[in-house]
Amino acid sequence: MNLNELTIKQAYEGLKNKEFTSVELTKACLNRIKERNKDINAFISVFEESALAEAKKADEMISSGKQQMLTGIPFSVKDAIDTLDLRSTGAAKILDNYVPPFESTVISKIRAQGAVLLGKNNCDAFGHGASNENSMYGPVANPHDLTKVAGGSSGGSSAAVADHQCIFAIAEDTGGSIRQPASFCGIVGLRPSYGRNSRYGIMPMASSLDTVGPMTKTVEDIAILMEVIAGSDEKDATTVPDEVPEYTKNLNKKEKFVIGLPQEYFETDGMHEETRKLVENKIEKIKAHTELEVEFKPVSLPYTKYGIPVYYIIVPSEDSSNLGRIDGVRYGMRSKEAKDLYNIYAKSRGEGFPEEVKRRIMVGTYSLSSGYYDAYYSKAQKVRTLIIEDFNQAFAQVDLLITPTSPFTAFDMNGKINDLMAMYLADVFVSPSAVAGLPGISIPVGNDSKNLPVGMQIIAPRLGEEKLLNFASLVENV
Amino acid sequence: MKLEKEEIKQISTLSRLEIEEEKQEMYSDQLSTVFGYIKMLEEVDTEGVKETTQVTGLEDVVREDIVIASSEEKRQKLIALFPEKSGDLLKVDAVFDNSTEE
Repeated sequence: MNLNELTIKQAYEGLKNKEFTSVELTKACLNRIKERNKDINAFISVFEESALAEAKKADEMISSGKQQMLTGIPFSVKDAIDTLDLRSTGAAKILDNYVPPFESTVISKIRAQGAVLLGKNNCDAFGHGASNENSMYGPVANPHDLTKVAGGSSGGSSAAVADHQCIFAIAEDTGGSIRQPASFCGIVGLRPSYGRNSRYGIMPMASSLDTVGPMTKTVEDIAILMEVIAGSDEKDATTVPDEVPEYTKNLNKKEKFVIGLPQEYFETDGMHEETRKLVENKIEKIKAHTELEVEFKPVSLPYTKYGIPVYYIIVPSEDSSNLGRIDGVRYGMRSKEAKDLYNIYAKSRGEGFPEEVKRRIMVGTYSLSSGYYDAYYSKAQKVRTLIIEDFNQAFAQVDLLITPTSPFTAFDMNGKINDLMAMYLADVFVSPSAVAGLPGISIPVGNDSKNLPVGMQIIAPRLGEEKLLNFASLVENV
Repeated sequence: MKLEKEEIKQISTLSRLEIEEEKQEMYSDQLSTVFGYIKMLEEVDTEGVKETTQVTGLEDVVREDIVIASSEEKRQKLIALFPEKSGDLLKVDAVFDNSTEE
């Protein structure tokens, strides 16, 4: 096995037992990136020099007995998350030369343990998209089939993990941006509960939905990372004060589960038969597994189909105001064509944002404008309440919900980019829980006949990550 | 529902986004599609339903208003990010000399 193919846990053990050094591990990842980036395009920036310096420092920490869980482990970060003194573009040309003088809290926590930051992952610009084709740095190819998309918006992160270009990645999920690409690339990805992890230092998209979470090769690695990154932060007033559980201690623990199967998630239009079959087969295997105490119950979430329309009002609305700060005035690119203040804004933004970003800003501006607010934003916020009540009713009867992560597997490059609604509907199973602020994980359940991975989503009540991760760890290899 | 090109012009001006003339038709079609789809929310009865504006239930999260000084190093980093500058000052065009706006 090559070093870059290790999990966090394996790499930790190997470093601890002096089987290899962090420098060797980091070089293995950097070599893999060099070999593959021209085909997959998972990285916008690679920080070879600083990564090797960090690895050397990590090796010193390890030899002086100061190893922590993530010391010396190479990882990558979605480019819409700020990293101190390291270029962060958000995959938009307007921030092509942007070097943040501050850092995301989540990334600081990871780097404080001595983890090695390899580089920044490609994504849909500012997280806007479901295929990673809205990046101004080119699309990301799926490592399982280079003619297919990697999913989005965190497609660079999912491809980098699946292709072993890093040991783990940190990304952001507003309406499915971790779970959907995780399913397309056959890896594990967790959207935490809203408020569980600090949003400080991420390029804000929809502030009432944004979350930061891990993308890994195993459920155990997710638990390891959540113990490090979760918790309240005085720099993000929406983080919750609840104590962070010891997620790793609670893995593979015998526990009784009642699992809900929401019918709306198994019989939607455009669902691939093979995708549904693979998820149902996994459920059958769980049922047949005698060591597991699991009861399945059919449940109904009747407002599911309104998840996407609610999402496409709330998100562009919040997007349009959040992106107001990126205007070519104080940082980022300022258009050379601009001759007055209005045009500094309009031309810099016109040149520096891709089409999907402009679409969302205009949809949001329109939804929030006087006379339309009640019909759109206010209406969406009310339907959002009904979607939350749907989940509350389901969770009164069951502990967790199981659904497919996506109705289909990775689609062709350019396959949906010109059909806006088809692209938006790719998030049909991941946006309702995001709108409700719930945690959800996608785990791989096998490949279809074209050898493309299928993911299964497990959704928990708010702050139910402990039970969610335990269940996921128990069924991961069933 | 159809958003005409004139409306796209109006929205893009409000949004401070320059949209090329030849792209306006495309945005007009796409935004019309999006709002046409969103219209399905009208069928939902929301009589008496409260808006959800946040999901954590946290209220009045406050902290002391303390000034934390920025280091000279950080100040220099911020200045380095200015797209145009005059010495240590950010350079922008005059705010009240804006003839392109209606």
